[in-house]
Amino acid sequence: MTPRVSLLSANELTVWFPNGNGGLHALDRVSFDVAPKDFVCIVGPSGSGKTTILRLLAGLLQPTRGEVRVGGQPLREPRRGTGFVFQQANLMPWRTVLDNIALPLELEHQPLDAARRRAGELLTLVGLEGFESAHPQDLSGGMAQRVAIARALIHDPDLLLLDEPFGSLDALTRERMAAELMRIWEARHVTVVLVTHSIPEAVLLADRVLVVSARPWRVVLDLPIRLGRPRTLELSYTAEFGKLVRRVRDSIE
Amino acid sequence: MTSGHVAFGDMNTGQALEYPEEAAHRHRANRWQRWLLPAGILAALAVWQLLTASALVPAFLLPSPLAVADRFLRGWNDASLARHTLVTLSEVLAGLSLGVLAAAILGYVVAKSPAVERFLSPYIVASQAIPIVAIAPLLVIWFGPGRLSKILIAALIVFFPVLVNTVVGVRSVPQDLRELMRSLRATRWQTFSLLEIPAALPVLLGGLKIGATLSVIGAVVGEFVGADEGLGFLVNVGRGLYDTALVFVAVFLLIGMALALYGLVAWFERQVSWRREENRP
Repeated sequence: MTPRVSLLSANELTVWFPNGNGGLHALDRVSFDVAPKDFVCIVGPSGSGKTTILRLLAGLLQPTRGEVRVGGQPLREPRRGTGFVFQQANLMPWRTVLDNIALPLELEHQPLDAARRRAGELLTLVGLEGFESAHPQDLSGGMAQRVAIARALIHDPDLLLLDEPFGSLDALTRERMAAELMRIWEARHVTVVLVTHSIPEAVLLADRVLVVSARPWRVVLDLPIRLGRPRTLELSYTAEFGKLVRRVRDSIE
Repeated sequence: MTSGHVAFGDMNTGQALEYPEEAAHRHRANRWQRWLLPAGILAALAVWQLLTASALVPAFLLPSPLAVADRFLRGWNDASLARHTLVTLSEVLAGLSLGVLAAAILGYVVAKSPAVERFLSPYIVASQAIPIVAIAPLLVIWFGPGRLSKILIAALIVFFPVLVNTVVGVRSVPQDLRELMRSLRATRWQTFSLLEIPAALPVLLGGLKIGATLSVIGAVVGEFVGADEGLGFLVNVGRGLYDTALVFVAVFLLIGMALALYGLVAWFERQVSWRREENRP
């Protein structure tokens, strides 16, 4: 077996937030690699620095020590080929759905009509055709998050980072969105790193689950999920799935 | 840009956001409420006319509406009224523009820099604590009895509310959206023009609405202290001559001016605001 080239590598990531008595660790020497086209889920209890890891991978935050490399290059600032989906849809309420999706291209001074055409295609991909001129206030939480995913995809990123994207949705919408994300991932075949606090969601989506813990802030489990694809929600009722969920659950204590 | 009723429902449940009966009910209510304002004005005029006709109040204290209308027409015909109105209007517009411009620029800097805020806030608060009538004479002494002193007084009175609203508006830009712009590698200018301006606009226009009415007060205060033209000057003349009808005419013109400016800003607000009616302050 030849070693796979990693798209993304986190080396000894340490983050220290200064506070009154010396400083607060948010991460302590966290290392992992992500291969191209992999779907990696990071799970962990709240306060375990999941979001911090994602912000480091996006280049939105610089580590106190250690480094992130993307495609072999050290990451110093946000890069074009990374799409980021926030916990909240984070849409601009004064822009239409279409113009929200086109925003990243507009910032690069690309022609507006071409950007809108591209945004329209992505709107179809996320199943929202017909909502081009709606405003974010008119959308439900699930729909808004789909728009956010479309916006993150408009650059044709090779890396998609999602920070608890379904955290604020109700359970049923959440399941549907997970299935939707799998479909999009299979259609685009982009590398995905998704942060979640739902273990079944992580096992269902991922090729690999990373479990992080608080105190110490480390990766405590790196579990490959060898379940076939395409996967459906049915899979979550199988014994094999249950065993994997159990293993992840047991690692968090 | 406000799209009154939303046709889209939640796609997952297929439920409309507002039931048609409710919308129809609101529409009916709006229809007769439209007549409330003109009816109220007519009633007030009628009471006023009756009060003066009943001779309970002497005419030199309270002129009748008809006497005021007559005084207005006389002033209008000899063109003096239009001239004085235009003088005040020019002072108001210049003062408002100057005050808003200065306050918006300084407000933006204050909102972005805690150091500047700490350095300037005592002066800013002090500028608000000084009653405008108390320093208006000083400004007239410094800048002369011409229009410049009125413009500066109007600018000064507009300054504080617009500044405060600018600071609040710029600070209210969601941190997540700033982070989004950063993740998309937006330039400083793009973050300013595509995020900060539209996000702060509703609050900013709220400040402008307050400023618009205040600027009229500022110009009149200036004219009271020393001027030989403008509507504030006319009020002073009317007082000296016991021409109360003239005072009324000038006051009504000032009210009209303030309302028109307010209406203009409110209209502009409706054109550009992305906020929904229900959560507008």
